[in-house]
Amino acid sequence: MLAQQIINGLSLGGVYALFALGFTLLFGVLNVINLAHGAIFMIGAYAGLQAVLTFHFSLLPAVLVAMLAAGIAGLSLDRLILAPLRARRAPHLAPMIATIGVAICLTSLVEGYFGAENLRFPLDTLPASTVSLGDVQLSWLDLKIIFLALLLMAVMLWVIRHSRIGRALRGLAESPKAATLLGVNVEGLFLATSVISSILGGVAGVLIALYTNSVFPNMGQPMLHKGIAVVILGGMGDVRGALIGGFFLGFAEVLSIAYIGSSMRDAVAFGLLFCVLLIRPAGLFGHAPQRRV
Amino acid sequence: MFDRQFIRRGVLPIIVAIALLSGTQAAAQIKIGIAEALTGNASQYGVAIRKGFELATGEITSSGGINGQKIELVIEDEQGKKEEAINVFKKLIFQDKVLILFGPTLSNSAQASDPVAQTAKVVVFGTSNTADGITSIGNYVFRNSVTEADILPVTLKVAAQKAGLKKVAVLYGNDDIFTKSGYDNFKRALQDLKIAVTTTETFAKGDVDFKPQLTKIKGTKPDAIVLSALVAEGAPIMVQARQLGIALPFVGGNGMNSPRVFELARDHSDNLWVGSPWSVESPAAENKRFIAAYQKAYGALPDQFAAQAYDAMYIAVLAMKKIKLTANLDTDRKALRDALPAVQWNGATGAFKFRQVTGRDGKPAGYDAVQTAIVMVTKSNQYVIQK
Repeated sequence: MLAQQIINGLSLGGVYALFALGFTLLFGVLNVINLAHGAIFMIGAYAGLQAVLTFHFSLLPAVLVAMLAAGIAGLSLDRLILAPLRARRAPHLAPMIATIGVAICLTSLVEGYFGAENLRFPLDTLPASTVSLGDVQLSWLDLKIIFLALLLMAVMLWVIRHSRIGRALRGLAESPKAATLLGVNVEGLFLATSVISSILGGVAGVLIALYTNSVFPNMGQPMLHKGIAVVILGGMGDVRGALIGGFFLGFAEVLSIAYIGSSMRDAVAFGLLFCVLLIRPAGLFGHAPQRRV
Repeated sequence: MFDRQFIRRGVLPIIVAIALLSGTQAAAQIKIGIAEALTGNASQYGVAIRKGFELATGEITSSGGINGQKIELVIEDEQGKKEEAINVFKKLIFQDKVLILFGPTLSNSAQASDPVAQTAKVVVFGTSNTADGITSIGNYVFRNSVTEADILPVTLKVAAQKAGLKKVAVLYGNDDIFTKSGYDNFKRALQDLKIAVTTTETFAKGDVDFKPQLTKIKGTKPDAIVLSALVAEGAPIMVQARQLGIALPFVGGNGMNSPRVFELARDHSDNLWVGSPWSVESPAAENKRFIAAYQKAYGALPDQFAAQAYDAMYIAVLAMKKIKLTANLDTDRKALRDALPAVQWNGATGAFKFRQVTGRDGKPAGYDAVQTAIVMVTKSNQYVIQK
């Protein structure tokens, strides 16, 4: 059973990492804790689902639709909420509180339009074939989620380390004022970051909805709580941290269910998280005084 | 423009006359309050419940009403929230001055709002509250929803006999009053039937990945999985179990007794045992008539919640027919309470009567339903009756 539990831990960790990636990016660059990330994740899942149900799209175009919808949500979030707050030099907590409002609005809109009940992707969206290796059952979706989390993170790391945009982003994270003086289009980068972060959230929404077989208006909420834990564990704003933190939480949950008991799951997982933070208060990859991308 | 004189002399008396007329007309109607979750998470139950009430009311009105008097339904949305349920109860009792009150949708809300009706001495009649302890609030609290304490032992017994269960694993949601109370009842029934438990696992509301628990359950080699969950979590649990190669039967509580299992767990929904006070497959003539009328009115098949609401309206009306209404609301409310316990009814959900329960103080309190459960098992996206 241990082999199966390791697979379970890897795919659950992949799910958390995928969610945390966009969340941590926005914090790293904009310094905003985006509590609407769960709602944007949910928008992605509903957009993908509608693409499949209404237009009979296959999986790949459906993911593209989800990216588009989430991207538009991210664009509006930045233009309508975050940019005006930046322009007014609003205090630190204002954008965070504003994103709570955005989350409530989006969730209520979706609930009003599609209803509160659980929906799911039709069966033939993805071949549900499983591979059995002895006692271990592995579905292609497990593999895809683990692979995609790794791939997206690698792409993000490469972009941030080696591309011009990445350099600008790092400069921006360091000091927006200095970046502006050096001729970086700060507002444009803020907008781009918000859109990219939301697109990542939207992709995560579709994949996780497929993996868990359920789409519902509040699906982002529990994920957001876990996502915050993952990001704090990995170090706020650090892309590698999101991945390592995600797998850490996934494994902590799975192993505490396997060896201690499922009603102790959250106690054990968050207890471990607490212990890590005692030793490294800024998270695994965090640096207390300055932020990183 | 009208001139003032005209308004004072001409229009005002007419308005007053209309108001008076409609006032006397309202007095000739019997006001019935309905507080259900029509929006929000619980609306999937509340909307069906409202349809059941409206169908029954329409039928009763067209066959002459209550001793010649018409029924006026005052419908309010309690949103499936405790606070809203209390507000709506107060509005219906004190402002709308209803004779009797149906609702609320969830047991969680009933715990909070039923004491309001008890204190005001108005009958509150639940059609969907199945958790323990609701009717022990007081002697004005009634329900025709059969409790899980009555249904689950029957479900387990039939499933154990027919599928030969010796040892089972238990999986339940431990942060919800309904699924937790279902677990308590399952635990008691398992002890009574002397069925061994290999492991007890839990999950929380909003969880989406159940594979770690299911993997652990698989390792303990049970004969079946006893599941106390709502469909939202229960359906993905069944799908993920089948994906992990677990082909065991599931024994579910009332939360799993919903045709939505067939949508959410399509093609993975076989071999789920549930007990229910009502089934769309039940061949009784009263049930056939109800299903036909519901389909004609709403163009869809009814569910258990619509059936129970439909029966509840008839049960309450039988009591109303027996009492003589006076002009005094308090007297009428008390007379209705005294008449209700004796009502017996044979409707969509089968033969029905009330049974008095004891309250927390040991004194006689409210009334639960006495009804026989129907045990069903799912096969090829359908329920098959097992008894």
